[in-house]
Amino acid sequence: MPEAFASSPPPRTIAGLLTARRGRGRLHWTDVFSYAYLGLGVLLMFGPVVWLTLSSFKTASGLLEFPPTLFPLGQIEVEVEGYDDPLPLYRVTEEDGTARELAQIRRIGIIAQMVDPADPDTTIKVPIRQREAVREFRVAWENYSAPLQRFNFLTYLQNSVVVTVAATIVTLLINSMAAYGLAIYEFKGRNAIMLFVIGTLMIPITVILVPVYLVVTELGMINSLWGVILPGAATPTGVFLLRQYMLTIPRDLIEAARMDKASEWVIYWRVVLPLATPAIAVLAIFSIMWRWNDFLWPLIVLNRSEVYTLQVGLNAFQGELDVQWHFVLAMTVVTLIPVVLVFAFLQRFITTGIASTGMK
Amino acid sequence: MRPETHRLTVGAAAAAPMNLLGSLIELPFKAIQRLVGIRGMPYIFLVPNLGFFGIFVVIPLFINFAFSLTGGTNLFLSDRVYTGTEQYGFLLDCENFADSGSCREDRFWRGIYNTMVFVVFQVGFLVLFSLVTALILNRKIRGRGFFRAVYFFPVLLSPVVVALIWKWILLRDGILNAFLVTIGLEKILFFVSPQWAMFWAIFVSIWAHMGFYTLILLAGLQAIPPDLYEAAEMDGTSKERIFWRITLPLLWPNMLVVIVLALIKGVQIFDEVYVLTGGGPGTATQFIVQYIYNTGFTNQVQNFGLASAASVILGAVLFALTLMQLAAVRRKDSA
Repeated sequence: MPEAFASSPPPRTIAGLLTARRGRGRLHWTDVFSYAYLGLGVLLMFGPVVWLTLSSFKTASGLLEFPPTLFPLGQIEVEVEGYDDPLPLYRVTEEDGTARELAQIRRIGIIAQMVDPADPDTTIKVPIRQREAVREFRVAWENYSAPLQRFNFLTYLQNSVVVTVAATIVTLLINSMAAYGLAIYEFKGRNAIMLFVIGTLMIPITVILVPVYLVVTELGMINSLWGVILPGAATPTGVFLLRQYMLTIPRDLIEAARMDKASEWVIYWRVVLPLATPAIAVLAIFSIMWRWNDFLWPLIVLNRSEVYTLQVGLNAFQGELDVQWHFVLAMTVVTLIPVVLVFAFLQRFITTGIASTGMK
Repeated sequence: MRPETHRLTVGAAAAAPMNLLGSLIELPFKAIQRLVGIRGMPYIFLVPNLGFFGIFVVIPLFINFAFSLTGGTNLFLSDRVYTGTEQYGFLLDCENFADSGSCREDRFWRGIYNTMVFVVFQVGFLVLFSLVTALILNRKIRGRGFFRAVYFFPVLLSPVVVALIWKWILLRDGILNAFLVTIGLEKILFFVSPQWAMFWAIFVSIWAHMGFYTLILLAGLQAIPPDLYEAAEMDGTSKERIFWRITLPLLWPNMLVVIVLALIKGVQIFDEVYVLTGGGPGTATQFIVQYIYNTGFTNQVQNFGLASAASVILGAVLFALTLMQLAAVRRKDSA
């Protein structure tokens, strides 16, 4: 132990103390740059999302304020005897500098008719320049409840969940079956099929929008969730990922199962699938992400509000002439929540999945 | 990935219904196996997936060519008129290819030029920032996992969400303009100026996708054997020289993959920018995919033939880029 202390002498000067860091040597300029860059990165990456979330709790009138306030604030309203509705409270500064809190009855041009809540019978006329709203921290939960109740957002949410779940199940099933076929058997045309599967990578949906639209129309799936679910269900990346993983499963296991007279389906379902769970989990996470975030294709297939997914509904809502931003912001947060949850719990899965497959 | 623990938890919860489902599907499969034998089974397992590929990828690919050779506004092929290469002629009819205004279908060429400008700047800065971020994250940094997550999480956000997050910041009365006013500048109408709209389209798409490429480059950096660095340090090689002579050459295969992948994605840019700017102001941020989308699906006259012809041209570009990608991946894997 004494030797260890001796080998790294304590910093002798104040500057040395300030710049000392873990490891050896002094703080190099690249260290300063690195931390500055990362600090700026946190601000730039997190800031916008935090700002969106904070804004989503503001009332419609609170959002109109310029410059905006950081936290959601709402004007305090007071019940005044003789008035049916609660009146907004203002702090009024008199000419002589004294201040008092008055409730506003109505505003006529630049003059506000106000009343002292303690003395409801006398109205006071105040130039509006002399009054300032009294505000408190208030969260506008109605931004969240109203779109779900009054508009179709609950339906959109439901549609998104249906599409995501159904598409992921179909994708996992047919991709793992194909991967099983390609990984376990030796058969004529295997390489050709493998090449074909990889070849479909070259044809993204953006290149075949019109003909797939025709196919989906012929199948009668326009304005149906199936028209969104089915076209992207077979994925070359999924087949490839699962096949590579299944190749590592020992052949003896499969031979042993065959000896026990297990049918090929049972070998797939009971032996290979359970062993391939890690790869299937990665594909499931990817599929959920793809489907939940999918936009262009649903935009084309779904033209009626009842079948919109969240993404399409959100886009339609923000594209209206008179955008109700308080609702748009709240619904954006709702759309964002599942992704944040998935990320929070499965970050390691996702990052290792991407790093090892190079896909997203 | 820790397969053992994972298999146990998921397996325990899903076992019973999965077994039931498995036995239900087994009945028809057993019958089929009796019919075709074990040697026939791989084809049976492949049928569903290949069927989907056939119906939704391969057949459409051929229909796309057929569409691009026909005219009219009918969707069903049998109702369409054969026009030969007229659609391509229409798209490519330009007096001067450098000036989209001189082309008959000027919106198509505006889309191409916008996409080219977008791709050059977006891919360039995307790769640059991803490289810098990966290099920094590869250093001995406190809280590295946290910072990696910070840069990565926008990758998972939907393009609509990404666009709305930034639209809310960039609006006339948004927080960025509030900041500009506070420091004594004028408000800027970002979505009214073509240059600003293009700038933010590029900026936002870099913001959204940077984490993905950072991750790939970081994996590449971590694959460089540490003894190379130790040897270089022992020889007293300068940090700069180490970067240019060891890090960059060994990372280059990964860089190549990242560049080509970013190109493929960049050429197909649509979602974020469509929600952010709607292609505007005017056609300043209208890209090639939006041209196809508008021509085929939103314009009053749905011109499927023209949209298909434009898709075929886009497809040819992407095909060339994908061949480059495969070459890059092969080089990386053999390196």
